[in-house]
Amino acid sequence: MRIKKILILFIFIFSFSNFNEVLSIEPDVFVQSIVNRASKILSSNLNKENRIEELKNIADETVDIEILGLYTLGSYRKNLSDDQKKIYAVLFREYFLKTFASRLAEYSNPEIEVTSKRKINEKYTIVSSSLVKTDKRPEVKIDWRVYTKNPENLLIRDLIIEGLSLARTQKEEFLSIIQNNDEDINALFETLREFIK
Amino acid sequence: MKKFIIISLITAILAFSANAGTDGENSLSKKKHANIKDCFEGLNRATFSLNQGLDKVIFKPVAKGYRKLPSTIRSGTSNALLNISSLITIPNNVLQGEFKKAGINTGRFVVNTTVGILGIFDVATKMNFPEYVKEDYGQTFGAWGIGAGCYVVLPVLGPSTVRDTFGSFVNVIGGDPYYNASTHGNNEYLSDSLFMKTKVLSGVDFRAKNLESIDNLEKNSMDFYASVRSLYLQDRQQKISNSSPTIEIMYEGDWEEIENE
Repeated sequence: MRIKKILILFIFIFSFSNFNEVLSIEPDVFVQSIVNRASKILSSNLNKENRIEELKNIADETVDIEILGLYTLGSYRKNLSDDQKKIYAVLFREYFLKTFASRLAEYSNPEIEVTSKRKINEKYTIVSSSLVKTDKRPEVKIDWRVYTKNPENLLIRDLIIEGLSLARTQKEEFLSIIQNNDEDINALFETLREFIK
Repeated sequence: MKKFIIISLITAILAFSANAGTDGENSLSKKKHANIKDCFEGLNRATFSLNQGLDKVIFKPVAKGYRKLPSTIRSGTSNALLNISSLITIPNNVLQGEFKKAGINTGRFVVNTTVGILGIFDVATKMNFPEYVKEDYGQTFGAWGIGAGCYVVLPVLGPSTVRDTFGSFVNVIGGDPYYNASTHGNNEYLSDSLFMKTKVLSGVDFRAKNLESIDNLEKNSMDFYASVRSLYLQDRQQKISNSSPTIEIMYEGDWEEIENE
């Protein structure tokens, strides 16, 4: 009888609550969990290659690589054929994971503290954090653009380090390569292939 | 010159008064980034290569050596250099109509120069002065609405724009009290060579603080020149806006377009 009462109570509570909210995670907690996972890897005894592989796994799970890839093409993405889109998606994923992991792998035991979050709109929340200063480098402020449209599947779309957007920097680098090769997008594909070899 | 400054001051004050009603909410920028042209890209790339060569042979090894000094010496040097930079920041605070900041920075300079022994110790921060933010004449021109002009790479000095280069010239035509005192001060403590040494030390200090990050960027860039250009222009944009860097830098247009495609 008692169990039945508890069950009814649970059904009552859940019928009034949004399941998405129950399953969702707050953006700042999401970022902190990523940071904790990365820190654990970077302070572990793993060799550099294994560290990079582990970091790639984290990036693959938590970064919206497909959309970031489209963003970095700027307006050129509108002229891509379906085949080119497929080729680019594969190349960009490999390129992104390689550079992202390589950049992070240089840091040993980084300490990042999540300090605040600001909801910008229904789609984005900016989570602010800081890389704690050490003897070798000053404190670095890092903001994370978290895509929150699907609260059950939060994704990182940009990192803004001391006010400098990595997505924008990447986009401007890609555009420079395309524009310096007679606006030929295949030149970017070739450069990406060379880089990820 | 006096008339020019007065007119500029009035213009700046009016401009800031017009902006006083903005709400400062967390909305992202709806303005597309100003497209700063790289009009001299061929020449710029050549100068960039020259600078990279100089960096490899001179600046990077010196910066590495500098990094071996005890951290107390390095932080003392950084503090003293930052303290000297407030001599340019304070007049620019005034020119941008930021009188409160000018007052705070003046207080910070006085405290650090005296109690902090020529700025070696950042006593002002320990006394809870607000965070110090550098300003220069290029930023002031930008804040007045003067366009950046073309992107340029200067030999040794690195990335700039036509506006920022002109801003740097203002330092040597009377805008930098430290330069004035060193070259025309007619005193036994300051000299041209000391001024030059200070500038070189600033460069070494900056390079030493960014050894890993610059190496990392170079290693992971397919077009290092384009990456540096992008970072420089973003940095100037946020400094000129004097607003929350994250909010200003995030133009929403492209993200919105992708969302709707």
